[in-house]
Parts: sequence; structure tokens; C-alpha cells
Amino acid sequence: MKTGRSSEPIWWLLFAVGGTVAAFLVPVHIAVGGIAGPAGWIPQAFAYDRMVGLISHPLSRLYLFALISLSLFHWAHRFRYTLAEGLRLKASWLPIPIACYGSAIVGTILAAAVLMRL
Amino acid sequence: MTSSVSSATITLEVLRYRPGRDQAPAFQSFQVPYREDWVVLDALNYIKDQIDGSLSYRWSCRMGVCGSCGMMVNGTPRLSCAAFLKEYYPATVRVEPLEHFPIERDLVISLDDFMQKLPAVRPWIVRQDDRPLDAGEYRQTPAELDWYKQFSMCINCLLCYSACPVYELEPRFIGPAALALVARYNLDSRDQGREQRQEIAAGPDGVWDCTLVGECSTVCPKDVDPAGAIQRLKLSSALEWVKNVVLPWGRR
Repeated sequence: MKTGRSSEPIWWLLFAVGGTVAAFLVPVHIAVGGIAGPAGWIPQAFAYDRMVGLISHPLSRLYLFALISLSLFHWAHRFRYTLAEGLRLKASWLPIPIACYGSAIVGTILAAAVLMRL
Repeated sequence: MTSSVSSATITLEVLRYRPGRDQAPAFQSFQVPYREDWVVLDALNYIKDQIDGSLSYRWSCRMGVCGSCGMMVNGTPRLSCAAFLKEYYPATVRVEPLEHFPIERDLVISLDDFMQKLPAVRPWIVRQDDRPLDAGEYRQTPAELDWYKQFSMCINCLLCYSACPVYELEPRFIGPAALALVARYNLDSRDQGREQRQEIAAGPDGVWDCTLVGECSTVCPKDVDPAGAIQRLKLSSALEWVKNVVLPWGRR
């Protein structure tokens, strides 16, 4: 039995917060942006100018950044355990967490870059 | 006795392993009388008394308190004193030793791993300042008792370890029952040992290995909810970690 503090708390916290965010907010985005929008139920709301106006607001950008980044970290943690335990790869095999959390970090940086250029 | 004594029988397939005699564990079938009020343990006792005295298994209280008669009954970890034959009759009942543990003999498993982990989490009241006996007992309100009472019901039957897929993959994992005891003592108003337990509980083999499958809480015969206890420990450990990072000067 090993003792000592581990680096897991940060990943678990991002996973937990990301899970909450993803569970509550992503279904709303799917319903509004993925179904209602394309189906043309609310045509004015999705006019290009209005969307750009909405998204350009700093609070909207911050919101989208949190939504994207936290959801990615939630995915990363889940996928790490899917690989490690679902596929029975060794859980302590370092490339798995590096690839998973690394992808989330890259995605976070990309999201920040895209959102800042909007 | 309300049971109807009839000539009905039920078949038990019991995994046998006698070291020095058997090459590998193998099933042996036994026909035992079927009684509506019999549990699997009664059927095993019948086998031992009437058919084959060499059958080995642990049991003591036969009333769900001692925690020694845990077995796999048709693939599910159960207390054999609480698994009624009528739940399975007329089908065959398959009895195996608890999964994820080495077999010592027949249905007897080796407890060594758990017996090493149990004292490591210090499942007793730890005091920084031991008061003299004449200062009286450490008093506690009913509300303070409620904080940890659920987690104190554990009987160390190890059904949770047998149900835990993480323990199967990572035998180093401290595991559900021992971590539930960490929660039990950490939540006790008389205890001051949280820091000491944290070394193990939040360490590399502690709560972070758990992926909240929840099977431990499903099979627990005492409704201890080890999965819930572990989640609480994750949250408190993570918040403590944040506090140490954000406010490093507040560190003890």
C-alpha cells in the first residue's frame, strides 16, 4: 500500500464540475442549437448577425469557454477509465492519462483561440 | 415451524477445492431437501452433516451479523445466511467462494489482503489529546451520531470487495469497506485522526481509484453505502487539495 498525496484531485474536480455542466447545459444546446435551430422553429433567433452579436459578448465567450473546456475534461476522465479499465490496459500506464487530459488541454486552448477571434 | 416438510429437493453446485488433493477448483453437485424457510447456509450445513463432512466454509451467527458466510450465490455476492433457497427453487443453486480473493479451501477465502488494509486506515477513534479516564467519556449528540452511523454498520463481510470491478483490476485498491470506515471515523465528532487516514485514503491506492460503479452499495447487506462514503471522501479530499493550492500558507 502506497501512501502520500496524489495528483488526482484536480482531474477528478474537473471531471465532476464538467459532468455537472455537461449534464445540465449540453442537452439545452442540443435542443436549441441542434434541433430547434435547424428545424427552423425559431428562425429570427438564428439570424447570422444576431448570433454574432450574442457570441461576441465577453460573458457569452466566457460561458462557451467554460462549457467546452469543462465538458472536454469530463470526457477525458471518462475516456481514460474506459481505456484503462474497459479495455483492461494497465491503469497506471502513463500514456493513457497524458493522451486523454492532453487532448482536453489542447481542446481548451483551441476553444480559447477560436472564441477570442470571434 | 411453518415450513412444509415434503420430499422436494434442490440441487446445489458447490465449488470444491482441497489443496493437496485437487489440481484445480471444480464443481460438485449435491441433492439436499428443499425447505421453504431454508437459506443456502442451511443447505450447506445439511451437506456437511449428512453427505460430505469435508466441505469447508465459514459461518457463525446465521443471522446476518457476523459477516463470515459471504459467498457467490448464482454469481452474486450474498450472505449465505440471507439467501433463501426459495429465491432460486426449483433451479439449481451455484455456490462459489467470494470472487477476487484467493481460495484457501472449498468456500473459504484468504482474508490476508483485507486484514492488511483494515488497520492501515486506522478504523478506531484517534485522539491528539487523550483525556484521563476520570475526565469522563467523550460525549456526542444524537445529531453527531447520525453523521456517521450508517457507515458504522459494516460487518466486514467483504461482499463489496467481491462486487468491485476496480478491486478485481487493481488489487492494491484499498477498497469499499475500508474506505467506508475512513468516512465513518472521519465523520465522528470524537475523532481527530483525519490527517493520518488521509495519507492512505487520498493516496495512490485510495479513493481516486474508485470509478463509482456502485456495485459495493448494491450488494451491501447492511446498507452501508460504501460508494457514497467514497464520493464524500473524494469531494472533501479534492476541496482540501484546492485549499492547499490556493491558500498554501494555510497548510498545517
